[in-house]
Amino acid sequence: MNLRRTMLFIPGNNPGMLQNGGVFGADSVILDLEDAVAPQEKDAARLLVAQALQTVDYGTSERVVRINPLDTFGAEDIQMIVPCQPDVLLVPKVEGVQDIEKVTALVAQAETAGQKPVQLIALLETAKGIALAYEIAQSKGRLTALALGAEDYTAGLGATRTKEGKEIFTARSLVINAAAAAGIQSLDTPFTDANDEAGLYQDTLTGKELGFKGKLAINPRQIDVIHGVFNPTPAVIEWAEEVVHAIRKAESEGSGVASLHGKMVDAPIVARAEYILKLARRLGLEVMQ
Amino acid sequence: MSEAGKRTVGQAGTLESNDVMITVSPGEEGSGISIELTSIVKEQYGDAIQKTVQDVVGEEKCRDIYITVVDRGALDCTIRARLLTALLRAGVVQKKEVI
Amino acid sequence: MKNSIGRDLPEVIEGYGQPIPYSGAFEARPAMRRQAPKVKTIHPRDQKLVDTLEAVFQQIPITDGMTLSFHHHFRNGDGVVNQVLATAAALGIKNLKVALSSVFPVHETLIAYMKSGVVTALDTNYMSGPVAKAVSEGVLATPVVLRTHGGRARAIECGQLPIDVAFIAAPAADEYGNLNGVQGPAACGSLGYAFPDAEYADHVVAVTDYIAEYPLAPISIPQCLVDYVVKVDCAGDPRGIVSGTTKITKDPVGLKIAAMAAKVIEAAGLLKNGFSFQTGAGGVSLAVAHFIRQRMEQEHIVGSFALGGITGYMVDMLEKGFFKKLIDVQGFDLEAIRSIKTNPNHLEVSANFYASPFNVGCAVNRLDVVVLGATEIDVDFHVNVVTGSDGVIMGGSGGHADAAAGAKVTIVVANLLRGRLPIIVEQVLTATTPGETIDVLVTERGVAVNPQRPELLRQLLAAGLPVKEIQDLKAMAEKIAGVPRKLTTSDRVVAVVEYRDGSVIDVVRQVHQ
Repeated sequence: MNLRRTMLFIPGNNPGMLQNGGVFGADSVILDLEDAVAPQEKDAARLLVAQALQTVDYGTSERVVRINPLDTFGAEDIQMIVPCQPDVLLVPKVEGVQDIEKVTALVAQAETAGQKPVQLIALLETAKGIALAYEIAQSKGRLTALALGAEDYTAGLGATRTKEGKEIFTARSLVINAAAAAGIQSLDTPFTDANDEAGLYQDTLTGKELGFKGKLAINPRQIDVIHGVFNPTPAVIEWAEEVVHAIRKAESEGSGVASLHGKMVDAPIVARAEYILKLARRLGLEVMQ
Repeated sequence: MSEAGKRTVGQAGTLESNDVMITVSPGEEGSGISIELTSIVKEQYGDAIQKTVQDVVGEEKCRDIYITVVDRGALDCTIRARLLTALLRAGVVQKKEVI
Repeated sequence: MKNSIGRDLPEVIEGYGQPIPYSGAFEARPAMRRQAPKVKTIHPRDQKLVDTLEAVFQQIPITDGMTLSFHHHFRNGDGVVNQVLATAAALGIKNLKVALSSVFPVHETLIAYMKSGVVTALDTNYMSGPVAKAVSEGVLATPVVLRTHGGRARAIECGQLPIDVAFIAAPAADEYGNLNGVQGPAACGSLGYAFPDAEYADHVVAVTDYIAEYPLAPISIPQCLVDYVVKVDCAGDPRGIVSGTTKITKDPVGLKIAAMAAKVIEAAGLLKNGFSFQTGAGGVSLAVAHFIRQRMEQEHIVGSFALGGITGYMVDMLEKGFFKKLIDVQGFDLEAIRSIKTNPNHLEVSANFYASPFNVGCAVNRLDVVVLGATEIDVDFHVNVVTGSDGVIMGGSGGHADAAAGAKVTIVVANLLRGRLPIIVEQVLTATTPGETIDVLVTERGVAVNPQRPELLRQLLAAGLPVKEIQDLKAMAEKIAGVPRKLTTSDRVVAVVEYRDGSVIDVVRQVHQ
């Protein structure tokens, strides 16, 4: 299970931020070669990120690099970055399964012998990308998650971006559903006002309740709030323990069906409970068994 | 050198904290490698910075360049990246040779 | 000889004398009486108002070799030191000792007076800018004495820093010598650092550009202590005296450190009703106040007092009921001035009340927590806030060592790497504040607890904080940045660093050029 409650963007041409990216406790850091880097500095950022991947200790954070689209600097990014062993490439502006296929081919070419295969996350940030979310999600092999980029998406639609986010409700649901159907993760769009903690909390909660497994973050200050939303609460952990206990008891009595407080406990509920307990143990939260 | 005609002044990096600004100027044939270093941590890391620059220049087999390093407390990896960028921009190193 | 923390001191320091080696933060037992200030009188019809500084120099009279004292409440907007020394130079006076509580870049003119022999000695608690650099390069033949804020009050009151003439920059005065810091164009707030000078100097001269009708109200320094009042055109530049609103840092690493420091305070069990707190005005220190405030709000905690240099942020916490009182020795911004002028729970106190070790109770002793900075800290937790990475003087204790000694828990907040430089070293270049008074170091990559505080260590571990050995943090930084080469110094002593009790904790030696 790849825990990606938070994926923190780090500007790719900023040495200070790159060297400190690991101290904030994000589940993933995204070293960004795309939007955070001016066109005339793409070469400098690429070399800087390549060096950072080889020397900076990002601790427990997964190392993700957001490359440029293939029609600009993406191929050069892949060629230099992949041999530096990132865990994941975040591919922007994915609009169809062929985009993932092209990146996959270039990555395979760039990988060195014995290297841990580089995974991909598709960033869906156009109307077309959202419309084809399920098809994209089914890309076999390296794709591990879909992420929603709502700023470009709403701009493309001509929709008004609001804090409440009703304009992205459908896109969120489509991304979540497509990813779930394909058995991969879904990750929510970042909340762009770094000073609005209450707004961030509400937006994260909305995404979590819809089914997202994590959220992109544009500022280290957002991490604690997002983790607070995605971490299971003591009450939820207790519920999960009860579910697992009930099903074990039923199994030991030779029955595949258990009930808890008068409600039937079926397989999806058991799976959810087991996920919560696994997450809680991974986070060092108090679990009874 | 065959690419000597394409060699120009190349600069990379900034004067922000933790960064380094490196300027590479091609010199006359036979002028060798010269490094001019300014650093806020020259006392503590001046030798280390010199060595890093020498190492990269050696790995890339550069000849006859004048390198100006204005360091604002950059780590080794940053110095390497900025120097490689400056060398590339100066046409001293060709793209495929890097890394 | 070596003092108790192993710092090498000369047996005799030329121009200073025989140092009393530092032997522990609370070892000094004073066997003396306070200095008795000169007894004075005045005829009922005598006037105190004098037209010019020159006239004051002649009336006192000020002669070669005297000690002139000044406070630093005007910070980088001070105009008084420069005007007084210009007068001394014009009158051909030589060999003055300047006892200025802190030296700022605006005091650059001192260098010329040092070179021409007008000023031959300096006694201060903090210095930055060109004077500090010139001193580091050896402009003075005798070493500068660097004290703590509490130590300066102690030295004046105990006769170790006798003052011939105290020039007190006064934002507002009346013609009979009542002074305050809250009115007039050069308003600065508290006048706390000037109190010992006013009480103990042989002659006290108020220098002001704002004369109010007698009697002035409120009165900070009373007429019974002040001999002369001189009106000048401009005592200081308000732009350099008060800062704008001090902002909490936006630097994510600084915020991470501040949030961690707040968790340390909570884990130590100190965040409860009656909590007392001091923090600096710098971005990270102030951010600690911000995170503390969030927790106080969530848990409905009302603190007792905040102490030290007061900023608008602290004033806001007072006014919103997070603290019941502010104890103010120095104000930093317009909000601090407004508050001390109008709020009876915002108290103006002297440097003695604030931090002197030789009285029966200074305010730092009542602190639960102080949050301090450091330019270096070593594996024994000794802190340097005097010299920078190039060995040049760029600060001084100020209240650092005082607050560290007084508070129940002293927290040093610092980036593990400042630029490329690891903050933790084997041995600090200049010891300012002894490790026995430092409890916790908080960095962005972990927290280190002084081994002399096992109970605190248990509390922080129980709270799940990322506690590490200080040696491990040091190794972590060196792995990232490489091991820095140590600075080398010459034998020439350019400053003597006195601990708050007057013992010598370290000396600053001139750096090789």
